Amino acid sequence: MVMTTLPPTDDPLLEEIVGPTPGQRLRTRVFGHMGLIFGAGVLLILLVIAVFAPWLAPHDPYAQSLMDRMQPPVFLGGDWDHPLGTDHLGRDYLSRLIYGARVSLMIGVIAATISGIIGTAMGVAAGYFEGRVDAVVTFLINVRLAMPVVLVALAVVAVLGGSLQVVIVVLGLLLWDRFAVVMRASTLQVRRRDYVTAARAIGASTPRIIWSEIMPNIANNLIVVVTLEMAHAILLEAVLSFLGLGVQPPTPSWGLMVSEGKNMMLFEPWLVMIPGAVLFVLVLAINLMGDGLRDVTAPEDRS
Amino acid sequence: MLQFILKRLGLALLVALTVSFISFILLFLSGDPASALAGESATDQDVAAIRELYGFDRPMLVQYASWLFDALRGDFGESYYFRLPVASLLAERLQVTMLLGLCGISFALLTAVPLGVVAAIRPNSMIDRFALFLSVAGQALPSFWFGLILIVAFSIKLQWLPASGTATWKHFIMPTIVLGYYAMPAIMRLTRGGMLEVLSSDYIRTARAKGASEGRVMFKHALRNAIIPVVSLAAVQMGFMLGGSIVVESIFALHGAGYLAWESIARNDLPTVQALILVFSMFYIVFTFLADVLNAWLDPRMRAG
Repeated sequence: MVMTTLPPTDDPLLEEIVGPTPGQRLRTRVFGHMGLIFGAGVLLILLVIAVFAPWLAPHDPYAQSLMDRMQPPVFLGGDWDHPLGTDHLGRDYLSRLIYGARVSLMIGVIAATISGIIGTAMGVAAGYFEGRVDAVVTFLINVRLAMPVVLVALAVVAVLGGSLQVVIVVLGLLLWDRFAVVMRASTLQVRRRDYVTAARAIGASTPRIIWSEIMPNIANNLIVVVTLEMAHAILLEAVLSFLGLGVQPPTPSWGLMVSEGKNMMLFEPWLVMIPGAVLFVLVLAINLMGDGLRDVTAPEDRS
Repeated sequence: MLQFILKRLGLALLVALTVSFISFILLFLSGDPASALAGESATDQDVAAIRELYGFDRPMLVQYASWLFDALRGDFGESYYFRLPVASLLAERLQVTMLLGLCGISFALLTAVPLGVVAAIRPNSMIDRFALFLSVAGQALPSFWFGLILIVAFSIKLQWLPASGTATWKHFIMPTIVLGYYAMPAIMRLTRGGMLEVLSSDYIRTARAKGASEGRVMFKHALRNAIIPVVSLAAVQMGFMLGGSIVVESIFALHGAGYLAWESIARNDLPTVQALILVFSMFYIVFTFLADVLNAWLDPRMRAG
């Protein structure tokens, strides 16, 4: 009897009651998002390759062999001993690419962490306290944006000497601007919400409000910026190394590999094509994941 | 309006001053310029003499102040490497970079704006998807690699375009594309978003109801309003582009300011590097200032901020 009075299944109210739970909805959204799946998948594969590089690489990435210089890759008539050929010093190209994933991902993760901590602290402070704190932070953001990143990074790395650590720290100290901008705006939005007022009313301390009321509600934006800045740092490291003022040889960095292959580009263009293509795929994957995360966590802003 | 401009101008000057101070400190900390100048074979006396001659023995703030006052008068000192006044070196090299920057931003606007408009007129069509794909891929494409691919394709394989130099307009085609594509995704997205918003507004409906032709609605009514934020974005992108010219100029061996920056950093030519950092950031500051003023002029609501 009750059955006959039930509304049709496409009623939005019923959907609300017996429809998919928020968790189920999130899962449908995640798996319905091709960019996110592709990006996260590729990133995961490269992460595994980077972590297990010593076991996956067929050769020592530093071992030179003058007898085997400039062997072509398999698809250009090479043999399977060096699937992607060898460079001008006879080093196995595939092994160098695999170790290069370590360099790129390490730079991306650590530089984004450093700049994330700096930028988030500044942005949240500016958004929460407003007034003078905000004015100072906004001014610092303007100053930072006015400094040409590539030029300043090049000059500082040249001065301190190019090494992986120096490049990571310099990029980490330079790339906090977007964190500060986004975290400031997000905090400004969240701090007016009722739950923040309520927390203040029951006498919660400022650090507590920031940590347990503000941070969880701006975390989704933070994650998106983390991915964007990871990609940014990875690209910048490649640029610095390409210009000869980043990671120094013989470290296998993809930007450096492009730079080394450049001199032989006339006859062996694959020396430049392969490392650049891998770099492109990694950055593309991270960006797609970032875009996907933004769509999935904040579907109402998607328009 | 005047008050807004003065406020922004004051802020821009303060930013410029801070940037100049930071860049001075960065390079001041870089070790002993006197021993770098004197060379490997110099004795301690030589180094001490040079230190005194150039005034490196004075306190840092004094050196900064004297550098700043000279810079304000257009005197950036003498290049350690070229043994020429940095100012005249810059004046010569900036011409190439300015030309390249103008070409780059024109290329970006002329491709990204039409693409954004078409994508907004037919949302979710093939063209829209293609534009979205281009913007996602464009952001991930390493510019130095893109430049080398173009050289392999058009200079080595097809032999259509020269790979390096500045002799003819043909030399500028590939550098323009490599410099310009980076600004395309942002401009395209902003045009598309702006057009979508404007097209759903009441005055477009009114214009259509009056019987205005579709072309007139699109260009006279819609694009005119949607383009406002794009113009100021383009100004900001132009400031960024001049910084990006380092990579492009080094790939295509264009002897502009970016190439000079790269050379000078590699040669430890401090006065030149200092002047270049200052000039590049001044460009950025001027362009963002112009964008702010333009925005405020076109949209009175912005003046409050």
